[in-house]
Amino acid sequence: MKTLQCGFPKVKDVLGDCLGYAQKVLSEDGVDAYIDGAQAICRMGRGEAPVLAFLEEMPLTASLLGEEIIHDVVDFVKKLARTPNSRSIAPFLQGMASIARSLESAELFQKYMWLVKRTMESTTPKVHGIDSMYESACLKEFLESAPQLFNQLSMRGVKNWVEYGVKNYSADPDSQREYFSLTSPDSRAVLQRERYGVLFSDSERKLSLYLRGLWEIEESFVPYSLAFDTLRNPVPYYDEQGIHLPDVYDDLPGVNGLDRYRALLAHVSAHIRWTTPMMADNYSPFQRISIEAFEDCRVEHLAMREYPGLARIWKRLHPKPLEGSCPEGWSQIRHRIAMLSRALLDPDHGYENAAIVKYERLFREKMAHGNSSTTEMADLGVAFISETRQQSDLGAKIWFEDTEIEYRDDNRLMWRFFEDGDEEVYETRPTSQPKDETEKMPPRLYPEWDHAANHYRPDWVSLYENLHPAGDAAKIDRLLEKNAQLAKRLKKIMDMLKPQNRVRIRYQEEGSELDLDVAIRSITDFRGGAQPDPRINMNHRHDGRNIAVSLLLDLSASLDDVAPGCTQSKLEISQEAVSLLAWAVDELGDPLAIGGFHSDTRHEVRYLHFKGYGESWGPEVKGRLAKMEAGFSTRMGAAIRHAGHYLSHQQAEKKLLLVLTDGEPSDVDVQDPKTLIEDAKVAVRELDGKGVYTYCISLDPSADEYVSDIFGRNFTVIDHIASLPDRLPKLFMALTK
Amino acid sequence: MNETEQYRIAKEPFYQAQGKEIKLFEAAYKSRMPVMLKGPTGCGKSRFVEHMAWRLGKPLITVACNEDMTASDLVGRFLLDANGTRWQDGPLTIAARMGAICYLDEIVEARQDTTVVIHPLTDYRRTLPLDKKGEQISAHPDFQLVISYNPGYQNLMKDLKQSTKQRFSAMEFDYASAEVESEIVAKETGIDPEVASKLVKIAHTARNLKGHGLSEGISTRLLVYAATLMKDGIEAQDACRMAMVRPITDDADIRDTLDNAIDSIFG
Repeated sequence: MKTLQCGFPKVKDVLGDCLGYAQKVLSEDGVDAYIDGAQAICRMGRGEAPVLAFLEEMPLTASLLGEEIIHDVVDFVKKLARTPNSRSIAPFLQGMASIARSLESAELFQKYMWLVKRTMESTTPKVHGIDSMYESACLKEFLESAPQLFNQLSMRGVKNWVEYGVKNYSADPDSQREYFSLTSPDSRAVLQRERYGVLFSDSERKLSLYLRGLWEIEESFVPYSLAFDTLRNPVPYYDEQGIHLPDVYDDLPGVNGLDRYRALLAHVSAHIRWTTPMMADNYSPFQRISIEAFEDCRVEHLAMREYPGLARIWKRLHPKPLEGSCPEGWSQIRHRIAMLSRALLDPDHGYENAAIVKYERLFREKMAHGNSSTTEMADLGVAFISETRQQSDLGAKIWFEDTEIEYRDDNRLMWRFFEDGDEEVYETRPTSQPKDETEKMPPRLYPEWDHAANHYRPDWVSLYENLHPAGDAAKIDRLLEKNAQLAKRLKKIMDMLKPQNRVRIRYQEEGSELDLDVAIRSITDFRGGAQPDPRINMNHRHDGRNIAVSLLLDLSASLDDVAPGCTQSKLEISQEAVSLLAWAVDELGDPLAIGGFHSDTRHEVRYLHFKGYGESWGPEVKGRLAKMEAGFSTRMGAAIRHAGHYLSHQQAEKKLLLVLTDGEPSDVDVQDPKTLIEDAKVAVRELDGKGVYTYCISLDPSADEYVSDIFGRNFTVIDHIASLPDRLPKLFMALTK
Repeated sequence: MNETEQYRIAKEPFYQAQGKEIKLFEAAYKSRMPVMLKGPTGCGKSRFVEHMAWRLGKPLITVACNEDMTASDLVGRFLLDANGTRWQDGPLTIAARMGAICYLDEIVEARQDTTVVIHPLTDYRRTLPLDKKGEQISAHPDFQLVISYNPGYQNLMKDLKQSTKQRFSAMEFDYASAEVESEIVAKETGIDPEVASKLVKIAHTARNLKGHGLSEGISTRLLVYAATLMKDGIEAQDACRMAMVRPITDDADIRDTLDNAIDSIFG
C-alpha cells in the first residue's frame, strides 16, 4: 500500500480513520488511487482544507459512484486549481458525498462537474476573453448550496436554477451572491418552481374543495417549507390559524402527491369532527403518545366507515415496523406505538406480540358499537402503556426507524393544558398601530417572460394600482366642446351601430307570426296550381351588443413630447381622443374601463384607474382624465396582464383590450429591448387564451418594426397624430361593428 | 273526448312525498289557485305535477319554456291550409278549453313579454283573450295553471316580474333528506339500498361545493341515471363519473375532487 506524504498536522490526525474506512469500502486499487489523489491535492499548495475534505468525502463518494470517479474528481480539482477560483476547491470536495448520494450515478455526477465548470466560466470576470485575477462572485456560494439543491431538485432543475442566477444577475455580483447562497426571495421562488412533486400552491383549490365537499370544513391552509429547516423536520399541525401543511409532496410509489395531501386533510378533518379535547396534565408523556395513537386510529376508523377508499392510501403511507427490528439497548417506545397503530389500522398486520394483539382486539370491540369516544381511547392508552412498560423506554437512545407517520398531525389541539391560564398575564400586544401602510395596497405580482431562457420569471414584476388623482373636470368638457363637430359626425355612425333590440326575420317555415304578404302570395300560387312557398311565417330575434372594453394608456415620459407637425403635446391629443372615445362608448352603452400605466423598474409598475366598468361618464371620471400626467417608462407586459385580469372577469361575450401607446416597451432596468417586447407578446397571447382580443393603437411612426411582433396583425399606427381624436372612436366602432 | 284522453296519465307515477305538499296542492286545486313550484333542477318538481294530475284525475299539458318561445307558441297561431288560413290552438288555449292542468316548466327561460299572456288566466277573470282571432275564452272550471321556476341559476336578466310572481301561490322544493333520497333512488331503479345511500353521499359532496365553482349540485335525477347504469352492469365508479360528475362540471379541480369522493366512498 502506498503512503501519503503530507505535512499538515490535522491531516495526520484523521488519516488513520479515513484510511481504515477507505479500506473497508474500496478495493485495493481504489485505495491506491485514493492515496494518489490525496497526494496530488496536497501538492497543489492550497492549504489543508481541500486535503481534509478529500480524505473524508472521497471513500463514500467512490463507494456510491464507482471507483473510476476518483480520477475524474482529482482531474477536475487540478483544473480548478489553475483558475482564480481555487478557494472553491474545498467547498466542492466537502459537498461531494452528499451530492453523490442524491444523484446515485457517476454519469450524473460528471454532468454536475460540467455544470460547475460552466458556472465558473460564465461568472468569472474576464478581461479581453481571458480570466482576470478575480474569482467568480458566486461559485463558492453555489458549491455550498449544491448539496441542499440536489436534495430537492433533479439535475435538470439544478441546471435551470443555476442558469437563471447566472443570467439575471450578471451585472450585479452582490445579488448574485445572495441568489446562490439561497438567501434571496428570487432564488427561493425559482427553487420552488423547479421542484418535483405536487406543489401546494398548484393544488390549493383542489384541497379546499376537498375539505368543503367531503368534510364540510372551511379552514385556511398555512403551508410551511421543508426546504430550509435542516435542523428539525416540521410536521403538519392544526391550530387557530388553520391547517399547517408542507408546501410540496413528492409522489410516492402507489400514492401521488395530491393523495398524500388528501390523506393528511382527511386525518385532520376526522379529528376536527370526532375528537373532544382533554386535559393533558393528568397524563404522563408516554401515556399521552399512547392515547394519541389510539385516538388517531379511532378517528381514522370512523372516517373509513364513511370513505372506505381512504384505507388504501393510509395503509400505503403508514410505516410497517418489523416486529423485533428494534435492537437491544434502544428505547422501544416509538417502535411499539407505531406497531400498535399499524395493527389497529390494518387487520392483516401479522404481529404476534401478545399485548398488541390483545389491545387490537379491545380496540375493535370498542369500535364495534358506535363511535366510541376520546375518553375511552384514553383508558385504553393508559392501560396499554402500563402493561407494556419496559425499563429501557426511558433511555435516551430512541429507535426512530419506521415510526414516523407522515400524514398525521401532532395532535396539539387534542390537549388542553391547565397551566395555560394559570400564570400572570403579560400584555404583549403592540401599543401603537403602525401607520402609513393603509395608503398603499400591497402590490400584485406578475411573472415576466424571459425570451432567452424560454420560461417565466416568477413573481418578477410588482404592480401597484391606484385611483388616478383628480383634477378639473371642466377641462374635459371644454375639449369635448372643441370637438363638437366631430362628435356630431360620430353620433351619426353610432346611431347605426346602436343595438336594435328586436329584428324581424322573414321567410321562416316556423315562426311566431304569419307574414301576411308572403302568405297571400303563397295562396295565390297555390290557387293558381303552382307550388306555394311554405315559408310564410316570421320571427323576431334579439340583437344586442355584448362587449366589454378596456382602454389601456401608456403614460410614459415620452408622452410629454410635442408631436411633429402639431402644436399640442401627445398627452393633450391623447386626452382629447380618450375623452371622445369614452363619450362615444358611453353613448353606445358598452361597459368601458380606462387605465393608465407607467413603470420605474420591475419593482414599481404603477397602474392608475381613470374609469371602472361600472362607473358612468361623469365629472369624477372627467376630473381624473383632466389630471393625466406623463412620466417614467413603459413596462407593457405587466400592465397588459393586469388590465386583462379585470377584463377577463367581465361578463360579456366579446372582450376588447385597446392599448394606446407611443413607443416600444422599455424600462430602465432592462438592457435588452427585445426582452420586454417578447414579454408583451406573451402577455397578449395569454389574454388571447382567456378570450380577450387585444388591439394596439400606436402613435410611434416607426412602430412597424416591433408592434407587429407584439400584436400580430391587430394594430394601427397613426402617423398623423393630430387626427387621433377623429381616428380613435372610429377605429373602435369599426372594430366592434 | 279522445283529445283529452291523450293528456291523461294512465299509471301512477312514483312520487315520494317529503312533507305536506300533496295536501297543500290538493287544497290549491280545490279553488283552482295557480301554483308556482320552486326548487333546484332535478329535485322532483315535474314528477310531482304528474303525480298530482294522476291523483286528481285531470289531464296534464306540459310546456317546456325556452328563450325563443313567443306568446303565439302558447296561445296559438294561424296556419295555412287549402282554404286559406286556419287557427291552431296553442297548448295553453287547449288546456283552458278542456280543463286540464297546464304546466309551464322553467318559466324563467321564457321572455317576459311572453309570460304576460298568462296573466288574465291567473286572476279572478280566468279568461284568455285571443286577440289575433278576436275570441275570448273563458277557462274550463277544471283548468289550473302550474309553473315551475328554479331560483338557483337565474341571473339578473332572467327573473319573474313581481306582477307575475304575485299571481301564484308557491311551494318550495328541495332535494330530499339523505334517507328519503336513497329510498327514492332505490325504489325508482331497484338498486341495492346501500349503494343508493352511497350515491346520495356523493351527491351531498357536490352540493357542499355549490357556489364554489358549481352552480348546481348533483340532482336526484342524475342519481337515478347513475343507479340505472349500475343496474345494467356498469362499474360503480364509471357509472358515477358518467352520470353524475361529467354532466355538471368542466372545472378540472372540481372534477378531480368529485372523482376522489367517488373513489373514497366506493373504496
